[in-house]
Amino acid sequence: MLDAIKFYQTGSNTVGNRLLNPSMRAVQASADRPNTLISGHRACQGCGEALGARYAIDAAMRATGGQLMIANATGCLEVFSSPYPESAWRLPWIHSLFGNTAAVGSGLAVAARVRAKKAGNTNVPRVIAQGGDGGTTDIGFGPLSGMFERNDDVLYICYDNQAYMNTGVQRSSATPPAARTATTQLVGAEPGNDWGKGKNVPLIAMAHGIPYVATASVADLKDLEYKVEKAMSFHGARYIQILVPCPLGWGSASGNTVTIARLACETGFYPIFEAEYGRITSVRKIRQQQPVLNFLKLQRRYAHLTGKKADPKVLARIQAMCDDNIKSFDLLGDEIPETTPVAVQAHERSHEI
Amino acid sequence: MLKQIEGSLGIAEAVALCRPGAVCAYPISPQTHIVENLGKMVKTGQLQDCEFVNVESEFSAISVSIGASAGGVRAYTATASQGLLFMTEGVYNASGLGLPIVMTVASRAIGAPINIWNDHSDSLSQRDSGWLQLFCESNQDAVDTHIMAFKIAEEVGLPVMVCMDGFVLTHAFERLDIPSQEQIDQFLPPYEPREFLDPKEPISMGAMVGPEAFTELRILQQRKMHKAIPVIERVTREYRELTGHHSGGLLDCYNCDDADMKLIIMGSSVGTAKDAVDELRAQGIKAGIISLKAFRPFPYDAVREAVGSTKNVVVVERSFSYGARGIVYPEVVRAMRGTDAAIHTAVVGLGGRAVLGSTIKDIVKYCLDGRFTDEMTWFDVDTSLLNSYLKDTEGTSVPEGPLPESALLDTLQHVRA
Repeated sequence: MLDAIKFYQTGSNTVGNRLLNPSMRAVQASADRPNTLISGHRACQGCGEALGARYAIDAAMRATGGQLMIANATGCLEVFSSPYPESAWRLPWIHSLFGNTAAVGSGLAVAARVRAKKAGNTNVPRVIAQGGDGGTTDIGFGPLSGMFERNDDVLYICYDNQAYMNTGVQRSSATPPAARTATTQLVGAEPGNDWGKGKNVPLIAMAHGIPYVATASVADLKDLEYKVEKAMSFHGARYIQILVPCPLGWGSASGNTVTIARLACETGFYPIFEAEYGRITSVRKIRQQQPVLNFLKLQRRYAHLTGKKADPKVLARIQAMCDDNIKSFDLLGDEIPETTPVAVQAHERSHEI
Repeated sequence: MLKQIEGSLGIAEAVALCRPGAVCAYPISPQTHIVENLGKMVKTGQLQDCEFVNVESEFSAISVSIGASAGGVRAYTATASQGLLFMTEGVYNASGLGLPIVMTVASRAIGAPINIWNDHSDSLSQRDSGWLQLFCESNQDAVDTHIMAFKIAEEVGLPVMVCMDGFVLTHAFERLDIPSQEQIDQFLPPYEPREFLDPKEPISMGAMVGPEAFTELRILQQRKMHKAIPVIERVTREYRELTGHHSGGLLDCYNCDDADMKLIIMGSSVGTAKDAVDELRAQGIKAGIISLKAFRPFPYDAVREAVGSTKNVVVVERSFSYGARGIVYPEVVRAMRGTDAAIHTAVVGLGGRAVLGSTIKDIVKYCLDGRFTDEMTWFDVDTSLLNSYLKDTEGTSVPEGPLPESALLDTLQHVRA
């Protein structure tokens, strides 16, 4: 079976489409992809969030036959896609506030059900709520948790670029340790973001016992599309967190967005997995393990870890976190973890290195 | 149909008659009984094609309402006090998006100090939020105003707060005439949103607007508020013809024809004041009452007409603006510009202090005796309590009786060194 074979383009490690028969190709590979987020928007060159949103929403459009509506949090994605009088969205889309997106999604889902019921229509439009990591893990966290516990029929997608990029790269609770942001600068005894802080929202989402939780990255298009389509096969609350590198915030070259996202996965820095009803059901295994330095050195937010003055102890701490992820999520073995992995922050909080 | 029921149940029945598609609930006194009753109605099937959403905060109560309204169904929620403040960001958002949400504000004081009882500081803190604010003087008025509110909101394209005094109205059992479903179906047609999120005709809502068009959008929002004045008048007329109830409107006058002075009051104190001015009239003292129903949009012309040639007007307010004076007062002054009416503010009933018949009579006599020396005067002040603090801490005191702002200022001149 062709779909059981993984294709790698020579020299790039990119999973290829060209040898697959057309029915198995990615949505993005199709000439008549929905282009739900159409070109002409104002995202930066190499924007991981724009890439992730286009992949995810196009896949969801295919999964729902176009019966889809979006609630969008304030943030880059909202700002670059909807400057009045333009809109890059070719589906029903609403932006309300920064912190209430999950709740707006719940309201949309109610309206869709009630209107369909009144009209005797069984084809109820589906709802995606989406935002960045700040709008999700920080300011929108209460409404997000409320949407989860009510098991409202909403897929929440968090485009995780690990800081508040729209306001000028400030730290969020998704910012990794030692990373430079505008509020965690590379000064003092411990430059960059504090150690032992932050939260793992995918694991918190799983603790709600919701039908589906997944992480993904813009480096693995087919995996991302698969997860979005899988999420749309469930009703109830679902959560997908997509790692979307930000050239501006991370200080990386625009052309490196996909490479950096792939290195985040291949180093164990960002575990890619899926879970149903609180249990992990699959883990994307590391194909070619790399030292975390290879991931860090492409980003100026970690400039202090790679130069001559770099502190090897800090590098070791980050490598230890990656190793902890590899162990905890079994990123190298053949198994699926039987118990819920521990948030990587616990590693720092419980260890003195 | 006549019923002897709690105000909150009456409101729940009125809202149910309007066939909402989404009711969002988060508990805060004193509005809880309203949504409790609506939740029961959804669960028993009395209220069909409606979902009842128990959210985790008022911020989500307004946000789910925003989503439901944008999704094309009638949305209702209720709150009060701290809850209204917690949802404030969404309150402004709903009006900016032009969503015709109806929300009960069971008016209650704002802390600190925490206080669950009635005054008007919660909804008046949202004065500039772009919502219509309709005040109710009785539970019957509140039942009817809620029903009218849906129609007004949908015609104008703005959300409406129906403000009813917490506890005094929400928890009072009294006779209510609840219209029939047939009557309300005739009055309020099935909801046909002008714009909503629909995969058949995709639109983007909530775009980012810069300096090039923001002013114009704000002007159009103001235009909607102006449009609301005649809409409120017409909807009230239609409703009164249908039900025979004398509810709603921009304002209502009582004993105003030959009055020597007029009180402008919002909310349930109007009922108390009516009794008080009746008793005063028996003593030959002629005071009229203007029950102000619409606070936003403010009915300047109607107020000017209602005050007429009366020279003495007292705005009875149940909140005030720190560092300034009354909140309703400046609007009345604006309405009466160019006339020789003397306008004052009496602040009463803060944090649930009862507004008694004697309170109203004191204000009327104080006014007719020409004793209002100042723009704002507090009535029913516990002078000894106030002085026990002022004397102990700063060696100063205020005189007995109604406390004008100027007397408070005087205490600053006599502070112990």
